[in-house]
Amino acid sequence: MIAPLSYYLILSAVLFTIGVLGVLVRKNPLIMFMSIELMLNGGNVAFVALAHSFGNVDGQVIAFFVMAIAAAEVVVGLAIISSIFRLRVSIDVDEVSTLKG
Amino acid sequence: MELAYFLVISVVAVLAAVAVIASRNTVHSALYMVVNLFCVAMLYLSLSAEFLAVVQITVYAGAIMVLFLFVITMLNPDNEESRSRIRNRLPFAVGFALALLVAVSLAMQPQLLRVAQPAQLQAAGAGNVEAIGGLLFTRYLLPFELVAVLLLVGMVAAIVLGKRRV
Repeated sequence: MIAPLSYYLILSAVLFTIGVLGVLVRKNPLIMFMSIELMLNGGNVAFVALAHSFGNVDGQVIAFFVMAIAAAEVVVGLAIISSIFRLRVSIDVDEVSTLKG
Repeated sequence: MELAYFLVISVVAVLAAVAVIASRNTVHSALYMVVNLFCVAMLYLSLSAEFLAVVQITVYAGAIMVLFLFVITMLNPDNEESRSRIRNRLPFAVGFALALLVAVSLAMQPQLLRVAQPAQLQAAGAGNVEAIGGLLFTRYLLPFELVAVLLLVGMVAAIVLGKRRV
């Protein structure tokens, strides 16, 4: 007897919310990035759980794409963070405001 | 049995996720993130998504988090953040997050999503690598190729940004 679908969906919502909270609260850009990963993971849990309920694997394919895109995003983001750090001052996101409109 | 498995794993996953955003040390955050990714991979196994579970561990916990750890050790960001690691709008952020949680949970009721009775995956016995590969090279061929291009673009961008002088 597998756990009901709604449990997986609630877990996914909780993981997503924790990610949102991390992005809103923390100042460290690396931890903010990890929070974005948490959000993507929460979305993936919902995709895979629904794929299992619908009985096909399309949701798993989408989750696979999400992982690939997360990898690309992390590579670019970390490169930006390290080049800001090199220029630098601080990697506190509130102090990196050169591009502020 | 399955329910107990789900509950234990998901509690560990949520606690690890909270530890990611709450811990003082960035390296600890990254390690808690690895714990969380492992737990999610275990959940994928219980949802008969074996391929995704393995990809989660190799790509996420393996490649992405190792990249994070490299950058953390290179930048050593902890010594300056420690004075005020949390922004001063914590109450607003917590309130917003709780409202979001309620909204998302209400929107994702299975009844609203019109999900049929939980059906077993057809390909459960054969392993789902075959099914995923079949879909990737037929219905999702164009997105698959675009992801390949995207990864190439990401690689070039990282090299350009990482160069000392552009």
